[in-house]
Amino acid sequence: MKQWVYLLPLVLFIALAIVLWQGLSNDSRLLPAAMLNQPFPEFALPSLASSSQIITTKDLPKQIILVNVWATWCSSCLQEHPFLVELAKQGVVIIGLNYKDKRADALAWLKQLGNPYQLEIFDAKGSLGLDLGVYGAPETYLLDQHGVIQYRHVGVLTPDVWRQRLIPIIEVLKNG
Amino acid sequence: MRTQQKQRLYLVLFIIAGVSIAIGLMLFALGKNVNMFYTPSQIVAKEAPTQTTIRVGGLVVSGSVKRQSDSLAVEFVLTDQTEQIAVHYEGILPDLFREGQGIIALGQLQPNGIVKASQVLAKHDETYMPPEVAESLKAVHQKDSP
Amino acid sequence: MIPELGHFALILALLFTLIQATIPLIGVAEGRLDLMVVAKSCAWVQWLLFVIAFACLVYAFVNNDFTVAYVAKHSNSLLPLQYKISAVWGGHEGSILLWALILSSWTVAVAIFSQRLPATMVASVLTVMAWISLGFLLFILFTSNPFERLLPNFPIDGQDLNPLLQDFGLIVHPPILYMGYVGFSVVFAFAIAALLEGRLDSAWARWCRPWTLVAWCFLTLGISLGSWWAYYELGWGGWWFWDPVENASFMPWLAGTALLHSLAATEKRGVFKSWTLLLAISAFSFSLLGTFLVRSGVLTSVHAFANDPERGSFILIFLSLVVGGSLTLFAIRAGQFKSFSQYDLASKEMLLLGNNLLLSVATAVVMLGTLFPLFADIFHWGKISVGPPYFNALFIPLVLGLLFLLGFVPLMRWRQNDLSLLVKQALPSLIASLIIAVLLPWWLAEQLNIWVVLALFMVFWVLSRLVFDLKQKLQHKRHPWQAMLNMTPSYWGMSLAHFGVLVLVVGAALTSVYSIEKDVRLDIGGSVSIADYEFRLIQLKDIQGSNYTAVQADIEVYQQQRFVTKLFPEKRLYSVQKMPMTEAAIDPGLTRDLYISLGEPLDGNSWAVRVYYKPFVRWLWLGGVLMAFGGLIVIRDRRYRFAIKSTKSSQSDGLFAGETS
Repeated sequence: MKQWVYLLPLVLFIALAIVLWQGLSNDSRLLPAAMLNQPFPEFALPSLASSSQIITTKDLPKQIILVNVWATWCSSCLQEHPFLVELAKQGVVIIGLNYKDKRADALAWLKQLGNPYQLEIFDAKGSLGLDLGVYGAPETYLLDQHGVIQYRHVGVLTPDVWRQRLIPIIEVLKNG
Repeated sequence: MRTQQKQRLYLVLFIIAGVSIAIGLMLFALGKNVNMFYTPSQIVAKEAPTQTTIRVGGLVVSGSVKRQSDSLAVEFVLTDQTEQIAVHYEGILPDLFREGQGIIALGQLQPNGIVKASQVLAKHDETYMPPEVAESLKAVHQKDSP
Repeated sequence: MIPELGHFALILALLFTLIQATIPLIGVAEGRLDLMVVAKSCAWVQWLLFVIAFACLVYAFVNNDFTVAYVAKHSNSLLPLQYKISAVWGGHEGSILLWALILSSWTVAVAIFSQRLPATMVASVLTVMAWISLGFLLFILFTSNPFERLLPNFPIDGQDLNPLLQDFGLIVHPPILYMGYVGFSVVFAFAIAALLEGRLDSAWARWCRPWTLVAWCFLTLGISLGSWWAYYELGWGGWWFWDPVENASFMPWLAGTALLHSLAATEKRGVFKSWTLLLAISAFSFSLLGTFLVRSGVLTSVHAFANDPERGSFILIFLSLVVGGSLTLFAIRAGQFKSFSQYDLASKEMLLLGNNLLLSVATAVVMLGTLFPLFADIFHWGKISVGPPYFNALFIPLVLGLLFLLGFVPLMRWRQNDLSLLVKQALPSLIASLIIAVLLPWWLAEQLNIWVVLALFMVFWVLSRLVFDLKQKLQHKRHPWQAMLNMTPSYWGMSLAHFGVLVLVVGAALTSVYSIEKDVRLDIGGSVSIADYEFRLIQLKDIQGSNYTAVQADIEVYQQQRFVTKLFPEKRLYSVQKMPMTEAAIDPGLTRDLYISLGEPLDGNSWAVRVYYKPFVRWLWLGGVLMAFGGLIVIRDRRYRFAIKSTKSSQSDGLFAGETS
């Protein structure tokens, strides 16, 4: 047989490797961190408690805070909730961004499971979520004293993530 | 020399015939048995075919799961946060089927717009969202943006 | 301290692997024996260090050391001891460590059992294996360190092992499967050594065969176990899902099976040399590809392992280096391996070629089906999944074709056969088999299914040939029993393995076609009937396990009013992970399984219940075990005991011996 036949397996493999590489970078879980190191987007949205009370960017406390995106239709949020309550007890300031939800459902949820949030923003249409680039709940953002997004976590905020990812950043922010 | 030529001829013919039949059959079978994924929005927009098996994915709308009291028939609504689509299924739902959870239903779209599912898939992991569902939710947001 | 010790052992292992990967090569190049033997001592030290590291991790699990991140993630103080140990390989980091430990064990095994092999060959093989080990060590140390600490904020208790993995099957399944996966690295290393040295003869094939066989046996057992586990643990009663993770282990198996057969031809007749090399490279490459697919998460599956893109890129780079490198070497060198033997159309060579062709096509079918969703995604053809019908449609004809060829094995000789005599011998068997294959299901099941008939047709055809062959071999012997004992392990092992295939095919065909499944609503006191069995729900009770709570149903099974057995399916809720689990209850039998699992509670006192009648399902795993056992018998054959062979004979056929000068 001719020599080129022996090259065939290599050629096939290279083609396969390129496809696998594409597949790897195509991973939908790799999210663009477009908003990272950007100030939190401007917004003016009602509070969860009443539609007449409007919360704007200026109402965010000027300290290190977490902004937690949640909704009652999201089962993972239910899993996450007890840990948020615990964090709030420890004195961590958490802002709730209720996302594409029904007001009554959300209020009932907080009443039943406890409210870890200092402020509850009600984003029924998901406009703020859109500006933030939220693609599903839960998501948690870490904001520094100047309202700049320092970290974004997609998915359930677990004690592990808190310890391994967020605490180190908070330490740096506090000392820096 | 003659026998060696003959031998080589057999070999080449054998391999060519085998490989071409195999490739033909593979592509044919692939074409027949691939299940496309559709979002509820695509189904409402009539982009999905009605005669073939498709996969539909989305979040199960809270409060939409209704079981018949005398059988295992169940109906629920799937959403991609824009449109909704009703799914009919008869049988046992997977352990991690929950309201609000992202699931995939495998079934056929009926002319009346209901999906008749033969299989419902939810993953064995609370934090897991089927990639297709996650992507479709993301796509919806991108479409919404001005 | 202990976890640091383990970490330190891994770093030391990296050092020794580096030595093992370089010094012997210099030895081979310069013909210095003292440098070549370094490989053996390094292999031993490396293995010892891996054992220490692994023992440290086991220690951390057994002692609930939740300062170790990996332990905190996969264990819990309430987890029963046996699962604490198996939890060591219940997650990513531990699996990879187990993989590396097994790789080093294989390396040591090569060092032990290759006393009589030429020194250059051994040095090259051990070097190649060291390079692979190096990749895995770097992978562990840089992306998946199991000894990472959670200090100072560590949890009081761990997150528990995934309930799916809290099971006997998962204690033994991964180690056995990895033994198979990683075992192909030995024959891979032999192939690379042959390519480097530019020599490949029947002695080489003879050295490779036992290694390939052992790895293949483990892989066969591992896959069978996995199928059995999925059957009773996932609660769906299925035994094969064509799931990406299953396919990942099936591809190396198919390539390995082809390799076994092609090695036979290379050993006996010196043919298919470059093809054999390619298969040796492929079998291990598919093992690596499987690892990549499972660990990178480019394909998601029911097994849904947690995954990480960074790890994926690492494995992909490693995969590209190993496979790309060896295929480049293949492209350069393979052309020089010429086969000089001639053979006819009707010959054992052609038979084995046919076998290899069908197995290669089968591998391609599985690979295409597994990777196609990925292709579709990249080329924007939409989100696609490839269902079991695709695999079944292609796989069943391929298996039937393989069985048809298998029937000719006892009839066919090397080189050439009289075609008309062959037809004369085969035809009566074929006709008789077809008749039985039609009549038997007609009589027993009262319904004919084309696939069952075809499968049984082929099974009886092969079986008849196996039996006739044995009869013919004993016909003219004075003491048939004595003669039977005198037959070689090769013959017995091969026949047993082929018989195992038949058992498996019968199981697969009958279960797939004649299984009965019913999803029903069952009240306390109510009953459901399938086949001629009646299942009565007597009561439901709450029970408390060590790390879960459960509802247990008490179900009595009757066959025509006669009591058969009691079954206790459970629905468990694991307290730490808040994960529900279905524990099916099975009444196993040689000709049928009764299988019942709880679905979900409905209003009132009723439950949705799934009941199965699965005929001959046990035969599937019995067949797998027979195949593996047959393979082990073959290894007993005299001609593979090269470790205790005299130096003289090894020099006479080991052409590499003179290479050092």
